[in-house]
Amino acid sequence: MEGSKPKLKLAVYWAAACGGCCVSVLDVHEKLFDVVAAADLVFWPIAFDIKYRDVEEMPDQNIDVTLFNGAVRNSENEHMAKLLRKKSKILVAYGSCSHLGGIPGLANFSTKEELFRRVYSESESTVNPDNVNPLPEFEVKEGVLSLPDFYNDVRSLTQVVEVDYFIPGCPPQTERLLEVFTAIVSGAELPPKGSVIGAGTKTQCDDCIRKKTENKRIKKFYRPWEIQDDGVSCFMEQGVICMGPATREGCGYRCIKGNAPCRGCYGPPTGVIDPGAKMMSSIASIIDEKEPEEISRVLEDVVDPAGLFYRFSLPVSLIRRKLI
Amino acid sequence: MEFNPRIVAFLCNWCSYTGADLAGTSRMEYKSNVRVVRIMCSGRIEPTFVLRAFTKGADGVLICGCHPGDCHYQEGNYRCLRRFLLLQKYILQMGIETERLKLEWISASEGKQFAELVNSFTETITELGPCKIKDTMKVLT
Ligand code: SF4
Ligand code: SF4
Ligand code: FES
Repeated sequence: MEGSKPKLKLAVYWAAACGGCCVSVLDVHEKLFDVVAAADLVFWPIAFDIKYRDVEEMPDQNIDVTLFNGAVRNSENEHMAKLLRKKSKILVAYGSCSHLGGIPGLANFSTKEELFRRVYSESESTVNPDNVNPLPEFEVKEGVLSLPDFYNDVRSLTQVVEVDYFIPGCPPQTERLLEVFTAIVSGAELPPKGSVIGAGTKTQCDDCIRKKTENKRIKKFYRPWEIQDDGVSCFMEQGVICMGPATREGCGYRCIKGNAPCRGCYGPPTGVIDPGAKMMSSIASIIDEKEPEEISRVLEDVVDPAGLFYRFSLPVSLIRRKLI
Repeated sequence: MEFNPRIVAFLCNWCSYTGADLAGTSRMEYKSNVRVVRIMCSGRIEPTFVLRAFTKGADGVLICGCHPGDCHYQEGNYRCLRRFLLLQKYILQMGIETERLKLEWISASEGKQFAELVNSFTETITELGPCKIKDTMKVLT
């Protein structure tokens, strides 16, 4: 980094997220010194105490790059998405939740009412005899206390504001983040707006480390714990559903190297609109049955297709929520 | 206002489309609710086509292909059948009635069966009423 160049201003924010994305940023370990040599972290709630007010007071476009992780599920998330959009030159949807809706996006299988009922009255660990439910506003003698408004729908970042880049993953692989960061710092030409960066364009299967044959004939699907994985062959060919055919490459085969099938956190590859639709095609092509009853029997093993195929992507898929 | 369902029908070129054509050239009357999309083979119908038809406002989707064993590409209709059965499982989970998605085999000579199928399917969908999908996709906050 040349001394004359002004330092980059960097922000990291979490909306509806688990915190894993922020940890993946921390996972740069000692490289953090390189990062802070080239950039000032101006806002990062997990790491230091800067208030929303401080961000509100910044001039527009003051931040060079914001890594926004987490989905948008309430009014606070939405406010921060809009605020950070205004204050940032480059807004990056960082991680599956921000990119696709992610695990919080699975809430789109339910309504707000169903979620509240479950959490505040029905769950096994809930003791709520007075049926107290959170209210967006509550009056106390000191004034009015307020909570963010909880929305019916979970949305990805791009469904709320314009996004410059998407870095996929649950969480993104830290090495990929460093590559992107180094590219930005070096002043290299950036990819076109709206690109997915820090990942490939093809599917996981294209260069998968597991052995594939042409002979894909499945008469039964298994949950991973139901069979002895041979550690070598493609999961699908062993009858274990793997999201590889509908997932973008770039994670370094993290799960597959750990002998677990891909769950699809990198989202669909370039050109694929709906990961679940792609999975339905793949699965239909390998089932070795022709009679409706036999096919249905094999499909009984696909217990929860919607939850399995859209684990990370429900809010951005064609049918983005359960019909109400 | 009377509900006039919108139905998208994907017909394979070799059998079902020819069957539908026969219904037409034989001047058989059938309901005009169906918008036909001709594809080369029922095996060409990707689940995306069906899901898109629903999200764009179809109240019902009809898929027709050659009878088992008669597909011009050997196995296309079996693939279609497997996709269809999986799709039905999926749309049910999403809250779309499975009756809204129908698969039938129609041969080139089955013009009459095609006309009857369109009529009975239109009736089923009319009874079910409009698909809620369009409204649901609008709901955001
Ligand atoms: S299905 Fe999974 S295991 Fe098989 S090739 Fe694709 S990514 Fe690899
Ligand atoms: S193997 Fe699949 S689920 Fe696992 S990290 Fe990679 S993309 Fe995500
Ligand atoms: S050609 Fe008609 S179903 Fe394949």
